[in-house]
Amino acid sequence: MKTFTKIGALATVATIALTGWVSAETIKIGVSYPTPTHAWAAGMNWHAEQAEKRLEALYPDVDLVLVNSPDPSAQASALEDLVSVHGIDALVVLPFESEPLTDPVLNVKKSGALITVVDRGLSQPGIEDIYVAGNNPELGRVSAEYMMGRLKDGDNIVVLRGIPTLIDNERFDAFMGEIKGSGINVLDHKHANWNRDDGFEVMQDFLSRFPDIDAVWAQDDDIAIGVVAALKQAGRDGDGMFVVGGAGMKETIKGIMDGNELVPVDVLYPPSMIATAMDVTVAAFKSNGPVAGRYILGATLITPENAASFYFPDSPF
Amino acid sequence: MTETTMSTAKPSILRGFDLKAAGPAIALLLLCLIGFLLNPAFLSEGNITNLLTRSAFIGIIAVGATFVITAGGIDLSVGSMAAVIAGVMIIVMNGAVETFGTGITTVLIGCGCSIILGLGAGLVNGLLTTKGKIEAFIVTLGTMGIYRSLVTYFADGGTLSLNYDIRGVYRPVYYESFGGLPIPVWVFIVVSIAGWFLMNRTAFGRYCTAIGSNESVAKYSAIKVDRVKTLTYVIQGLCVSLATIIYVPRLGSASSSTGVLWELEAIAAVIIGGTVLKGGYGRIGGTILGALILTTIGNILNFTDMISNYLNGTMQGLIIIVAVWLQRGDWGRNKSTD
Repeated sequence: MKTFTKIGALATVATIALTGWVSAETIKIGVSYPTPTHAWAAGMNWHAEQAEKRLEALYPDVDLVLVNSPDPSAQASALEDLVSVHGIDALVVLPFESEPLTDPVLNVKKSGALITVVDRGLSQPGIEDIYVAGNNPELGRVSAEYMMGRLKDGDNIVVLRGIPTLIDNERFDAFMGEIKGSGINVLDHKHANWNRDDGFEVMQDFLSRFPDIDAVWAQDDDIAIGVVAALKQAGRDGDGMFVVGGAGMKETIKGIMDGNELVPVDVLYPPSMIATAMDVTVAAFKSNGPVAGRYILGATLITPENAASFYFPDSPF
Repeated sequence: MTETTMSTAKPSILRGFDLKAAGPAIALLLLCLIGFLLNPAFLSEGNITNLLTRSAFIGIIAVGATFVITAGGIDLSVGSMAAVIAGVMIIVMNGAVETFGTGITTVLIGCGCSIILGLGAGLVNGLLTTKGKIEAFIVTLGTMGIYRSLVTYFADGGTLSLNYDIRGVYRPVYYESFGGLPIPVWVFIVVSIAGWFLMNRTAFGRYCTAIGSNESVAKYSAIKVDRVKTLTYVIQGLCVSLATIIYVPRLGSASSSTGVLWELEAIAAVIIGGTVLKGGYGRIGGTILGALILTTIGNILNFTDMISNYLNGTMQGLIIIVAVWLQRGDWGRNKSTD
């Protein structure tokens, strides 16, 4: 009996010593985001996994824990687990929804962890130490700028919008604000819900309705695929017609590299922003420079010249 | 429902034709008139062709749904089923390229695979409902979730895309015309005629009506209730697979957003067409009109900027309710002569 107790005590001491040693040396970073259910999110998942491999190989003492959750409450539980089970030193989180995840993220912060929020802000300011996001208004503005560079006074365009949300409004309002006064007519705008089928049908109807369309702002690469199919069906894909999408889907970028005239450019809203967020978070522990702050990524115009650096053939998006 | 059956059976001397049965047709004509007034391009050949082709997906699925609903069942899984069948078809065809090349054989393998999957999925829904004694609503709610998550899984959360070379071979199935009508419209016509014949001219159709009216009485009348009910789900599955065969060549891709809410559109088409949701009375002709009405609403909304985009759902909802009211309400019946 005594021996057993001794062994038990020894084991306990050893365990404590071991965990103490591990937590002192290893920097644990939790990465939480929604389970991918559409292509963009699948791309994000892929880029998170790539960044995990790369950063762990670079820094043997950094341990990244990737968790994805199917709904907001599952994500809230996942955050609790990251604190209680893994004892994370930092959290990178792309919240499912802002409102229901604000408190859970705040609790993680109270445990002393560094907080990095990606893409979707929380509903209370000041919780996150680092914020990394794409730039929706800029996506609209850059798209409009490109259109204005190619079109002339009196030319007609149609606009296909996403799902009616704040993101869609930000992109659309910035686009309309930029194009105003340029003499380019926006014939009409309809929601195509960031979806290929809706893009196809809405574009078919625009083509029946308007005999003269010079260009299409599809806002999104999935919509653009539907738009292109409708243009080809109607035989109206020539005559300098062009379509501007957005996001940075690999097929679209490949097309740009190959000199596709119908979809000559794309505007970046990269799923790889999660990797940027992970890099910055690791830098908070490794860099000798300060990193806290807000990182708003540019909505880069992808052209044949720079396309190669945005092309990831192995990513699902 | 018996009331409806009786009132339609009663000859309407005053008007010379049955206003209630004509309800969906009137609604469709009104919609077309509105569309034409908003923009004459609505009646252009191109738009009419687009409209008919688009209706084919929901229409073909809705013909199957008419049998299920007439026999007192419901199938909520059709949209997800279409998505998962489209996904598996694409995987199978991409896989068959190495062995069979990019010819018509590969496309036929894909289509065969679609039909087997459709029949199989329908059989599963049918057997779980009849032999498993689980309510159809629950069975198909379950399979709906299963199929939807399967297609997400197969696509790794992204989009499944058909090999570009096969796309060239398969593309005509959606885009080519035969005798002035696109091929999907021909498939829709054939399915509609076959459905009408099955519903109105065969014992099977009468059994569906009998089971939907009163299952116990049907059972005592020596109708093989379980077999007939299972068959309605198998027919539904077959219709879904046919719709998928003409859907895949359109954009050559499937993702988790494929076929979202098709089940509700199909059910709406069936009900707008005059079939009773509780079962016991089914009209294939009405279902076809219902599918056309639903597609026309979306088309008209794209033809005008008078209505805020955010109110599209409101317009669709209103028109569906009005279309059903046209045939259910008391307006067509003179109360004093009733």
